[in-house]
Order: sequence, then structure tokens, then C-alpha cells
Amino acid sequence: MDANMITPFVNSIQNVFSTMFQLPVEIGDPRIKSDRKATHDVSGIIGVSGEMVGTIVLSMPSAAAQSIVTLFTGTEFAVESDDFADAVGELVNMISGNAKAEFQRKGVSITCPSVVIGENHTIAVQSGTPCVLIPCTTDCGEVVLEVAIREAEVEAAAA
Amino acid sequence: MKILLIDDSKTMRNIQKSVLKQLGYTEIEEACDGQDALSKIGAFKPDLCLVDWNMPIMDGLTFVTTFRQTDKTTPLIMVTTEAEKSRVIQAIKAGVNNYVVKPFTPDLLSERITETLAKCSVGS
Repeated sequence: MDANMITPFVNSIQNVFSTMFQLPVEIGDPRIKSDRKATHDVSGIIGVSGEMVGTIVLSMPSAAAQSIVTLFTGTEFAVESDDFADAVGELVNMISGNAKAEFQRKGVSITCPSVVIGENHTIAVQSGTPCVLIPCTTDCGEVVLEVAIREAEVEAAAA
Repeated sequence: MKILLIDDSKTMRNIQKSVLKQLGYTEIEEACDGQDALSKIGAFKPDLCLVDWNMPIMDGLTFVTTFRQTDKTTPLIMVTTEAEKSRVIQAIKAGVNNYVVKPFTPDLLSERITETLAKCSVGS
């Protein structure tokens, strides 16, 4: 995957975390992720469609996610609660939307977020799309951003 | 001053509500998508709406377009992750009065609300 596709996400997670709750994010070395198993047990997921297609996942261990959600909302929610899932969804929504803007393409859309919570869940991504895992260190713990997007294939011309 | 918050995220509505309360606005109604907003707007009669773009059932742009067919004056602020220039232009053409990109600081949202109300001459 082109590094130009990763930089917007690095900038975006730092921007979202620092603007919304003043949490600095230190970025580690991105690497290709080869399995579908979720890195951590809380996953905020956004789909990308249009000129670019794929999936963006914010994956966090429960403890880190709880601390981050508490900073974000000002309230301590149980991991099982709807409010917790809503906050995780809004975080990945902001990260994805912010990164999308850096691509400056008219024809890229993002879906409303989904949140999956539970140990050892798997996330199916489109086959043939490499997934880049971006490790992020924060004072609340380690989280990762998983970016599996690519340019959409040009549709066959209409007959 | 009655304000309608339209966002599918309760987290985001709560953040906006807390900024509004700091500004002294307490008469706040909430809607979780454009359709929900249209169903509440007649009875609530807001003086200002804050509208998200990406929402299920009816998105913010469709809401703005629909709302502007009958109401040309109530100030609308789009509060969204959609930050591309083309999106901002699209929203302004549809009838929004101001635009805030998420993530935002409470100060920035306060500024945009105050600025919009002043520009649209809505008394508090």
C-alpha cells in the first residue's frame, strides 16, 4: 500500500485524540497485518466506498478503550453499554472522516460506524486488500488503527 | 432560544449540549437523524439547528434540502467529519449558514454558534 494512503490516518488519529481530549498519540512502525483476527477486543469499524474501497478499524483493549471513552465523554461507561459503543463509533467516524478529507476526492464515502466488542472476534475485509496496522501508544494504553483500503477498480464500461 | 441537535451519535449530542449549556442555552431538543428531526421540528420550532451529515435513515444534507423548501431563515450549522471543500460547498448550496468540522474544540463550536446567531440576527 502506498505510504500516501497511511499518512492521512496517522495525522487524523493524532488530531482527533488531541483536539477532543488532549491525549497525545505516539505512532509506531506500521506493518502489514495478515490475519483477520481482531488485534484487540474492542473494534470500531467504518466502511469506505466510491473511488476508494475498504475498511478502517480502530482496535483497542477494553481497559484502554474505557479510559479513552471516559476522557472523550467525561463519563465512565461499562464496556457492554450502548453509550460506550456509541463513543467508540464516533471516534472511528471522526478519524476516518478526517483522513478521508486529506485525499481530497469527491467520490469517497464512509459508512456509519459499527462496533464489535468481545475477545477473539474476526473482521472480514475484502480479499486482495492489504491491511496496514498502525500501532499507537497513548497514556491510556496501546491501540491500533487498521487500514485496509485501495483504489476502486474501474467498472467495466457499459456495453 | 431553542436549539435542535441532529446527530446519530448520543456522545456527540452530549458534547454539543454541554457547549450550549456553557453558552447559557438550555432549551435543547435532540434528533437522531434527519427524518426524526423533521418529525420534531414542527412542534419544537427551533431557533437554531446543529446537523450532522452522515446519519442513517435520512442524512444531514437531505434534511437541509428538505427543510429549506419550507423554511429559508432558521439558522443551520453543519457539524460533520466531512471536511472536503467540495462537501462544504455542497452544504452551503443546500442552505447551511455555517460549517464545523469534527473534531472541534468547545471554543470553536461556541464561536461558530455565536457567529451564526449574530449573522442571522437571532436574539437570545
